[in-house]
Amino acid sequence: MQKTLLAFAICATSIANVSAQDLTISITNLTHGSHFTPLLVAAHAADQHLFEAGMSASTNLQAMAEGGDTSGLINDLNGVSADISDNPAAGLMTPGQSVSFDLMTQSANTHISVVAMVLPTNDGFVGLDAMHIPTAVGTYTYYLDAYDAGTEANDEIINGAGAPGAAGIPADPLGEGGTGATGVTSTESNMHVHVHRGVLGDTNATGGSSDLDSRVHRWLNPVARLVIQVK
Amino acid sequence: MKLMTHKTLFATALVLAISACSDDNDDSTTSSQAYRISITNLTHAQPLSPPIAMLHDSTFNWWSIGDTASSALEMMAEGGDGSALLALAAKNPQHHDSDVLLPGSSTEFTLTMTEESHNRLSVSGMLVNTNDAFSGLNSAELESLLPGQNMVYYSNVYDAGTEMNSELAGTIPGPADGGSGFDAARDDVTSVVTLHGGVVSSDDGLATSALGDEHKFDNAALRIEVTAL
Repeated sequence: MQKTLLAFAICATSIANVSAQDLTISITNLTHGSHFTPLLVAAHAADQHLFEAGMSASTNLQAMAEGGDTSGLINDLNGVSADISDNPAAGLMTPGQSVSFDLMTQSANTHISVVAMVLPTNDGFVGLDAMHIPTAVGTYTYYLDAYDAGTEANDEIINGAGAPGAAGIPADPLGEGGTGATGVTSTESNMHVHVHRGVLGDTNATGGSSDLDSRVHRWLNPVARLVIQVK
Repeated sequence: MKLMTHKTLFATALVLAISACSDDNDDSTTSSQAYRISITNLTHAQPLSPPIAMLHDSTFNWWSIGDTASSALEMMAEGGDGSALLALAAKNPQHHDSDVLLPGSSTEFTLTMTEESHNRLSVSGMLVNTNDAFSGLNSAELESLLPGQNMVYYSNVYDAGTEMNSELAGTIPGPADGGSGFDAARDDVTSVVTLHGGVVSSDDGLATSALGDEHKFDNAALRIEVTAL
């Protein structure tokens, strides 16, 4: 996706003659047992993407999805003059937590993307891919799904691993995770970004196939609410 | 007005369907506007506790994502009794269905405004084969709905955050278990209102669950159609 971002940077100003916008954005973690790592919200030109369903994840998306590291994606966005809100919640977002912040957009940046890792997962993230930002004054509500980056097998083993390519889940901030799991799977058959199938979990805190708790860490889509207020 | 793009439509809670204005009505609402509300239970085997509905102003909420549930909400979400939620604003136009709304069934009733400021609608009911799951409509705006128009909402399932989703026998009031309902003790891992993660069931790996695969659900759980008469 980094390639895509750079490739389309040159024609970004040719999209539309839209004014700069003054937005207030609110994002809510709707899940019952999952945290979001630091959010990355950006307004950018129409043809730029942090991720695209059905395409391979960029290495920078992988770093975000597997370990919550948004620095690479931020570098990509800075390279194409995006308007960025980096970590507006100042850290992890707890289940049910909302954050509200302002985003001033330049006229060429007509589309919005949102990403944050869903923790605890192997490479799950809440995502919005390049949605057109409404231009009429009003308040607009959207619901976002969880995606799987397709870069890591969903073994559901909590072992502290958050580096790209390292198997395992960094942590469960809720403190409901277990240890000693043998692993749900060791393969990832869909290596493109896709809608996350959800986590399995079990109720064996010191073994079993998963270190996640099936009663706590599962979710149903949507996982986030996005409200955009156009002023 | 709340809108949603086609990109997120498949996961969504809200679909608008506004029909043309009827010739028989004035094109504006009044302080005595009546609304017909139709609720359909979309789940496979989750009866909805007798649904409740109320018209209220924009300052009132039965629940908010991220907030701690009130005792009244807890009573409805754990035991299916919406009386306490209705009693929070007893003078408002309100409705309490007499019967459980079975899966695949619909119910319909009318609410009539008594004050112009009561231009929001909330609806709720418990998915009774769960610990503390409920669905409904949270302060839907009615002011843009003109006489003769209707709007359709698809409602997600919420978790009250007041009871652990243990699915243990004895903790679920619905027919799958016949266990206890409301218990003032709070023991959930997340103690605020969120969306629900779904039930696991004994058929899906939770050996101690009183539920089976038939009790699983996905969003949306309810279809709620509101028509301005």
